[in-house]
Amino acid sequence: MKIREAFKNRKENGQKALITYIVSGDYGYETTKENIRQMVKAGADIIEIGVPFSDPIAEGVVIQEASQHSLAGGTTLVGIFNMVKELRTEIKDTPFVMMLYLNTIYRFGTKRFFDLCNECGIEGVIVPDMPFEEKDEIQGEASAHQVDNISLVTPTSHDRIAKIAEDAEGFLYCVSSIGVTGTRSEFTTDFDAFFDVIKKNAKIPCAVGFGISGPQQAKTMSQYCDGVIVGSAIVKLISKYGTESPQKVYEFTKSLRDGIDA
Amino acid sequence: MSKIGRFGEYGGQYVPEIVMNAVNELNEAYEKYKNDPEFLEELHKYYREYANRPSLLYYAKKMTQDLGGAKIYLKREDLNHTGAHKINNVLGQILLAKRMGKKRIIAETGAGQHGVATATVAALFDMECVVYMGAEDVERQSLNAYRMELLGAKVVAVESGTRTLKDAINEAMRDWATNIETTFYCIGSVMGPHPYPEMVRDFQKIIGEETKQQMKEQEGKLPDCVVACVGGGSNAMGAFYDFIKDEGVRLVGAEAAGLGVDTDQHAATIAKGTKGIFHGMKSLFLQNEEGQIDPVYSISAGLDYPGIGPEHAYLHETGRADYVDITDEQAVQAFEYLSKTEGIIPAIESAHAVAAAMEIAPKMKKDQSIVICLSGRGDKDVYQVARYRGVKLDEN
Repeated sequence: MKIREAFKNRKENGQKALITYIVSGDYGYETTKENIRQMVKAGADIIEIGVPFSDPIAEGVVIQEASQHSLAGGTTLVGIFNMVKELRTEIKDTPFVMMLYLNTIYRFGTKRFFDLCNECGIEGVIVPDMPFEEKDEIQGEASAHQVDNISLVTPTSHDRIAKIAEDAEGFLYCVSSIGVTGTRSEFTTDFDAFFDVIKKNAKIPCAVGFGISGPQQAKTMSQYCDGVIVGSAIVKLISKYGTESPQKVYEFTKSLRDGIDA
Repeated sequence: MSKIGRFGEYGGQYVPEIVMNAVNELNEAYEKYKNDPEFLEELHKYYREYANRPSLLYYAKKMTQDLGGAKIYLKREDLNHTGAHKINNVLGQILLAKRMGKKRIIAETGAGQHGVATATVAALFDMECVVYMGAEDVERQSLNAYRMELLGAKVVAVESGTRTLKDAINEAMRDWATNIETTFYCIGSVMGPHPYPEMVRDFQKIIGEETKQQMKEQEGKLPDCVVACVGGGSNAMGAFYDFIKDEGVRLVGAEAAGLGVDTDQHAATIAKGTKGIFHGMKSLFLQNEEGQIDPVYSISAGLDYPGIGPEHAYLHETGRADYVDITDEQAVQAFEYLSKTEGIIPAIESAHAVAAAMEIAPKMKKDQSIVICLSGRGDKDVYQVARYRGVKLDEN
């Protein structure tokens, strides 16, 4: 429920939600923690805690490289859970959503994984390589632990949108364009038609992500739904500034917040 | 767990939402055409007139006498056009792509045999072709990389990750997600999301069907054992499939043990892998305890893959097929042995199957027979074997 409340709070003030993504452990857990603090301080409403995977097939080159760099530095799932647990002592109200590939959950043990979600304060999961047809792989344990299993719809989903939206939990992740993650200078999707179908079917908040690179795009995209998701643009800053990135991440997140609110 | 495309618990469709409609569209097309007489007639016409099928079943008399056990037969997939079994599957998939109205074909390749086959058939059908190949594989199989370009394909050397087959598949999947509406992904092995494992097997099962017929003609009975090498496992599935119901026929897959299964330099998925979900399928994978996919190693670029097709995982689990490990050294020795004994230079991948048969055949009786699926020819591997043996050739 915490995830939907985050949207509700913004909506009551006539605002849209801002969701930001980070590759955990890149330049160390302390850097990730400080970046998350800065994102929250700058006005992010939900944090996507990215778990690096050796072979992230849905990611563009920015997140691929950050993931490799993070893994090479020794990042592990257990380490990320510990980091989240520590952060939860300071950040109590901002929902944390874990974004990770299905093999990470499967190999770790689904029950053990969701037990740790509860213990450390993870409210939702986004699994990019688990389509609707295979979601039972984790749905039982996710529901038993009251962790939202967040679904994605894309511009190629067409007639699948209705059934995906029907069962969706937390928020519906609307992928802005076909392809992989990464910033784009322009979009070719017919957003009016895409969101028209989504809105007819969705009973929960909708947020749009993939390719959003700055405040202006965030503003434009936010008008179609309840929130925007920004990932690669932030990861790019962290890759560039490393341990010095938190101030830059604050400024950028603040600019997104201001852009959306303008 | 869904019931879609399962072999026991293995298989499934674990792909991003963005490609799901394309996967479903492919599945519908495959279901529509797989038993369509006109489609099958066209496929078999190309098998005969373009790919040079049926491939020979050759009695390796000298090898049989030398090893002193079962009669050894070689199923000569190396004599197919483009030099390997890969053309069987590519013809099927591209004929399907044509019916689906797709004009752009992408493929991944390890040793380059699947890439060459795809580039070849794409040229034949006037289709745009892009082949993803790990940068390390481009280096060790530069001849095949150049062959693809000669055939009009664009070869993309993949620099990410371990720069081998698994990374080429990652990159092909990313291309597919980006160009999903125009592009047909021609997967080269019995892997990936359903329907690929089943479809690729069906396009390769002609290997086993012909073998059965040829054995009946030449020996008057079924073979006692069929041996094939296994990376993703397409030639093995093709060779095995028609024999699965014949319980007296032992099925043996030869995995790449690289420097040995007790080192971290191998690609022996059945021996050392654990259950996982990757590249669209639930199967066995070489991975760490947190599910990160291991870098793998084999002298053979075609077997250098950290997973295996889901139907093999199932055949292993049920005990219907046995899987053995063959090291680089054993494979190179078999490569040299078959060259000198029978005058046939096998692909280094296929040499793994030859090596397995060299261990099995002497323990069998003389009235028994064993078929080795000689999945490809070894011209492409000559430089690498020379390098392995420390012989310096003028490569450039």
